Amino acid sequence: MTYIVKPKLRHPGIAINKLGFTHRDYEGTVSTLCAGCGHDSISFAIIQACFELNIAPHRVAKLSGIGCSSKTPDYLLGQSHGFNSVHGRMPSVVTGANLANKDLIYLGISGDGDSASIGLGQFVHSLRRGVNMCYITENNGVYGLTKGQFSATADKGSKSKYGGSNMDSPLDLVSMAMQVGATFVGRSFSGDKQQLVPLIMAAISHKGPAFIDVVSPCVAFNNHAGSTKAYEFVRLHNEAVNRLDIMEPRETITVEYAPGTTEDVELHDGSTLRLSKLDADYDPHDRIAAMTYLQNRAAAGELVTGLIYMDPDASDMHANLNTVDVPLNRLSAKELCPGSAGLESFNRSHR
Amino acid sequence: MSAIKAVNDFVIKFANVNGSGSASANEMFARSILRMGVPVASRNIFPSNIQGLPTWYEVRVSGKGWLGRRGGVDMMVAMNPQTWDKDIASIDANGYLFYDSSRQIPQSRFRSDINIIRMPLTEIANSTYNDPRQRQLFKNIIYVGALAQLLGLEIAVLEQLIGEQYKGKDALIAPNHKALRLGFDYAASQLNGLCGLKVERADAVGDRIFVNGNEAAALGCVYGGATVAAWYPITPSTSVAESFQKHCSKYRVDPVTKKNNFAIVQAEDEISAIGAVIGAGWNGARAFTATSGPGISLMQEFLGLAYFAEIPAVIIDVQRGGPSTGMPTRTQQADILVCAYASHGDTKHVLLFPEDPRELFEFTAAAFDLAERLQTPVFVLEDLDIGMNEWLCEPFTWTDGQTYDRGKVMSAEDLESGKTFGRYLDVDGDAIPWRTLPGTHPSRGAYFTRGTSRDRYAKYSEEGSVYQDNMQRLLRKLETAKSLVPAPVIQLAKENARHGVIYFGSSTPAMNEAMAALEGQGMHLDTMRLRAFPFCDAVSDFILAHDQVFLVEQNRDAQMRMLLVNECGIDPARIVSVLNYDGTPITARFITGAISERLTMKSKEAAE
Repeated sequence: MTYIVKPKLRHPGIAINKLGFTHRDYEGTVSTLCAGCGHDSISFAIIQACFELNIAPHRVAKLSGIGCSSKTPDYLLGQSHGFNSVHGRMPSVVTGANLANKDLIYLGISGDGDSASIGLGQFVHSLRRGVNMCYITENNGVYGLTKGQFSATADKGSKSKYGGSNMDSPLDLVSMAMQVGATFVGRSFSGDKQQLVPLIMAAISHKGPAFIDVVSPCVAFNNHAGSTKAYEFVRLHNEAVNRLDIMEPRETITVEYAPGTTEDVELHDGSTLRLSKLDADYDPHDRIAAMTYLQNRAAAGELVTGLIYMDPDASDMHANLNTVDVPLNRLSAKELCPGSAGLESFNRSHR
Repeated sequence: MSAIKAVNDFVIKFANVNGSGSASANEMFARSILRMGVPVASRNIFPSNIQGLPTWYEVRVSGKGWLGRRGGVDMMVAMNPQTWDKDIASIDANGYLFYDSSRQIPQSRFRSDINIIRMPLTEIANSTYNDPRQRQLFKNIIYVGALAQLLGLEIAVLEQLIGEQYKGKDALIAPNHKALRLGFDYAASQLNGLCGLKVERADAVGDRIFVNGNEAAALGCVYGGATVAAWYPITPSTSVAESFQKHCSKYRVDPVTKKNNFAIVQAEDEISAIGAVIGAGWNGARAFTATSGPGISLMQEFLGLAYFAEIPAVIIDVQRGGPSTGMPTRTQQADILVCAYASHGDTKHVLLFPEDPRELFEFTAAAFDLAERLQTPVFVLEDLDIGMNEWLCEPFTWTDGQTYDRGKVMSAEDLESGKTFGRYLDVDGDAIPWRTLPGTHPSRGAYFTRGTSRDRYAKYSEEGSVYQDNMQRLLRKLETAKSLVPAPVIQLAKENARHGVIYFGSSTPAMNEAMAALEGQGMHLDTMRLRAFPFCDAVSDFILAHDQVFLVEQNRDAQMRMLLVNECGIDPARIVSVLNYDGTPITARFITGAISERLTMKSKEAAE
């Protein structure tokens, strides 16, 4: 495989963020995925979200497993360290990385084969352990790199490109994430940038385990009639519960909303998440009610998207472990080694 | 009938039921002998079970300081009816049987060539205590008291040990003293003169300490600067992680903020444990996991990633009997090959073989330097014998003022100054490339870590020549490792020897005794104790310098022999295996017997 080098030309009118970066500074290498792949739209949304949040790219660590989705960290944030680990095991690697340095932003990118099949255990346990990260699955219901086998999120009865039907029950990563302790859960669609970008921004700003399931059609193997992960199907059945906007700290609010239709949630980094309710009765802070709502709508054949659940007071694994404020990877022998004096008492107590 | 007579040189074995409280009484027995200045080696032989199955505790008393298993039993304390026949059969001729005579046992189930010491332990306990739990627990202390009288242990020493054990629970001290005295007095009046085995105060222990290997390994992790531990419970390694937690609570809590300079994660399985270790190592923290054979099997894929992507990791493998679940509470040295070549594809890993808890402490601390210097997984291969038994060994030492070798990590200043960064570029000629940590520099030094083939600048590549270039460098890196790992310990016989013996790890104390015995029989052999893989040149030089070498190991397939033959290109006929793999620690008698038999056979052949 050859690498196509991106031209370094820059449009004179290109937007610059507060750190002086343009979009281009958040890009990676040229994608080698199929033209029209939903994953590329998600990569773009991540780039956009990091740009909007004024994140220094090198302060992000991007990790993935194996599969089409897991290749995408290479296509974004070229100034960030990346780690393409083993199939289904990104969550444990991100857990360890996060333990080593609590100061970086951790972006875990995975797919439905990676997270719902081979890596289901790690997916669940990293969330219940409270790893402070933004975990995104690019969910297309099939194995792309091995050419079209069903994954564990494929809906029962959905048709494969070559005619077979999936007879196994699907796993819903969103319901599962809420059940096991994710403190920020969203679902979106790769074709809905308006919804996806602020959702990723909010997830990155959230302190605690944040999970977003993004339905991302596979144009090569799962975009045909009869597939529930196809562009057309998702457009027809997408039911957004809210709309999200992220506002910078101290930004003047100019637009007036009818009372009761918006809610402002302050994020960890000081910015504000403004939720515009599309369903007046939906409360994304009530986990049990949200889970029930999700099940009811799923039974009706609808795909609930938007910010589904968020605990604004969440904490994370480091808080649970009571670790020091300094990243553990910066401690030296001075803090870590008890020296000969420590051994003296040890030896004495073993005689 | 004749009776074995011995002073400070015998083996006493306790046959108990697990969960009956015998373990702490037996350990107190062993410690009291140590406190009298006489070396002991004690070994637990226990089931994979919490309550109700047979368990044994073997105490080797050796004024000469032999700390391996000798083989044979001079006195059996038979407290378990389930294993009675086997226990009686294992006593050496003219040895002793001490048992609870409260229950009638038919004459046919005794032996005529052993000396029998009867004591109605249950009757005594039942007539003294009303509470059933107390009856059980104090019965153990009562027999310790009786044995003290029979063997000549100082009761004041035992009383002091009880005081230390129940410090803070003072109400328990007096009843334990009473039980001890009950046994002692009974033996003095009823059993006097029945035992020819004696302990006499000596000065042969010195400042040595009595410690188990898993605790030593955990302390090595603290001293070696580990900040991240990720693990999954598995016998016999569990106490490494638990002990690390204990030591960290003592040594690693910031005195001002009361926050932890460490993080411990009990993972959902061994795959996740090694994944977290690799994630932390990639991100610049010193991290380890502790596991046993089945865990190593599960970690294979990740270990290949760490080898290929060059990420430091420390794995403490407390070996047990395999394959499969095998014998989870028995000892073996059977993970050598699965660790040396862990994962699919061409891999080779660094292995360390400590001989006892002291060296385990040292090697574990050093493993973190090695892993970061070499940017690769380092395995500390201990076993259940070292890990879960208390060993008498030299006190641990540490040179103050030393800093950790964090290996080749480029700083923000290095990158700023314009130094070339190629993640897999061999700039120093030692095949170890430089790495950068995430978050170091805004625009330089970022790279993509992957398990796929890549070029010297970490760019994905499936070019055959690029792949081979990298694989060859990894081999050269292992050459560099040879000069960094602990060298073998070679000891030459007093006379010119045509034969040598190679051994490693927990076989060491039994080997030391066997060598002395063979020398006593006029058989002179040079010895080499392996301490690490990859093997340096001294290892093959030693083999080639002898007509033939024996290789003592504790597995069925002679795994170390395979590794030597394979890695050093040695003619297999030069290495004769001496193998112990029944799950119990190797004994001096077994080694002596196996080697002397073969040497005698050889000299006969030569004479014919």
